[in-house]
Amino acid sequence: MSYTGWILLTAALVGASCGLIGVLLILRRMAMMADAISHTVLLGIVIAYLMTKSLHGIHMLIGAAIAGLLTAFLVQWLHSRGIQQDASIGVVFTTMFAIGVILISTSVGNVHLDVQHALMGEIAFIPWKVTTLPLIGTIPVATGILALILIIVLGIILLFYKEWKITSFDPALAASLGIPVVAMHYLFMTLVSVTTVAAFDAVGAIMVVAMLITPAAAAYLWTDKLSVMLVLSSSFGILSAFIGYYLAVWIDTSISGSMAFTTGIVFLVSILFSPSHGMVGKWRRTVGTV
Amino acid sequence: MTVLSVQKLTVSYRKNTVLHDVSFDIPQGSLTGIVGPNGAGKSTLLKSILDLHPPVSGSVTFFGSTFQKQKKRIGYVPQRGSVDWDFPTNALDVVTMGLYGQIGWLKWPTRRHRAKAMEALEKMGMSEYADRQISQLSGGQQQRVFLARALVQEADLYFMDEPLAGVDAATERAIMAILKELKEKGKTVMVVHHDLQTVKDYFDHVLLLNHTVIKHGTTEEVFTAKNLTETYGGTLKVMKEGVDHVQLITQ
Repeated sequence: MSYTGWILLTAALVGASCGLIGVLLILRRMAMMADAISHTVLLGIVIAYLMTKSLHGIHMLIGAAIAGLLTAFLVQWLHSRGIQQDASIGVVFTTMFAIGVILISTSVGNVHLDVQHALMGEIAFIPWKVTTLPLIGTIPVATGILALILIIVLGIILLFYKEWKITSFDPALAASLGIPVVAMHYLFMTLVSVTTVAAFDAVGAIMVVAMLITPAAAAYLWTDKLSVMLVLSSSFGILSAFIGYYLAVWIDTSISGSMAFTTGIVFLVSILFSPSHGMVGKWRRTVGTV
Repeated sequence: MTVLSVQKLTVSYRKNTVLHDVSFDIPQGSLTGIVGPNGAGKSTLLKSILDLHPPVSGSVTFFGSTFQKQKKRIGYVPQRGSVDWDFPTNALDVVTMGLYGQIGWLKWPTRRHRAKAMEALEKMGMSEYADRQISQLSGGQQQRVFLARALVQEADLYFMDEPLAGVDAATERAIMAILKELKEKGKTVMVVHHDLQTVKDYFDHVLLLNHTVIKHGTTEEVFTAKNLTETYGGTLKVMKEGVDHVQLITQ
């Protein structure tokens, strides 16, 4: 596949998996947790690197999953001690992120792991770091990991579809029916963490939040069905990735930046034109009744 | 026969004790109103009985056994305000959720489950709203959906948190008809209730609660002006009108 092809495929995989995860983030009112986890996974990656001295995908994924779970646990713990939810998120993620930054600049030294990269990502380099897999052939490492993550995310959402729905809509009823609400919460936090870290290389910690939240928020404006919302959200993610890439090539700018910018445009179009929530529709209905 | 036994239950939120030394036994087939002032711990009582907010101490037994073993026989209707009604789902789907425990892991609801949910909606007079997104239902209709969801569970013991709060008169009648029907089938229902004027008409048992049990028993012997004053303290004015008609005003 061509250089552009690999970049587009990678970006589309980011858009699709973030779009799926994002729907549950929004419905569970946890958008801020995504922001927190996108930063704290840095600490997980650094510690995984210090322990294994390698930046291979699987170590990073495990490190990130642990960091994400630790974030979710600490936020919950502080909250249970009487600190407001948003304040505990703010305290936990900035502290863990700061530890990550300090470790990078003191212990990691010169390796290919710097704050700039972690925050912004660099999708343009992805096609050059390749690996050879049996049956599939030579593919970029990041693309392979993202494909695996998409399969995992899609699989877990489909397998536990009704459990996700009920624990998001009515956790009290779910618990009274014997569905393990707390375990589902931590499973979800793990999914958010591994998705975030897999998307990291491509779009970085800041842009991944845009990919997680914005397409899902836009999809919410178009539909009243959860299944449709999931399909729309990941489609919006893929669409933003494509348009963003060509926008970046056209005006010669950061690919991840213009992909995140495109999600914002998709959202803007949705809030203007969606049939039930759109401003244009509301305005026309108001005018129509006069 | 006792279906629910609560012994010396103490519950706190952080350092504040909300319920203290709560003990009572609920007989099978009873329809009990849980009555008490705001902040008396009525919702907390239901939540800790159902282990949603674990108690500090005390024990709860269901049908002489534990919650974990009996949870399939227990139905719960949370407060209407406890969920996000903008959630992308419709009325039929919400009712089907009542069956998720029975459907089991890794399986999807089938046509049979949806038919059962539809039947419950019909019973609540809501079948024409089955496809409606839930935010487009009125408060009373939303409460009927919640009741329908409880019905499909086919539980033996129901806990309902203010099912009559903020509903229209028709919904109130529909819900009370269902509760009476459940009782006639030998099911046991506990209802957090806020409207003192209707207690005598609706419930055969009353649990007066204000951080602990003030009085518990049949409505006739418990629901008296004296006990209510004790429950509500100085915030209650009782006006006697006629022989057995007690009108109550809370402030």
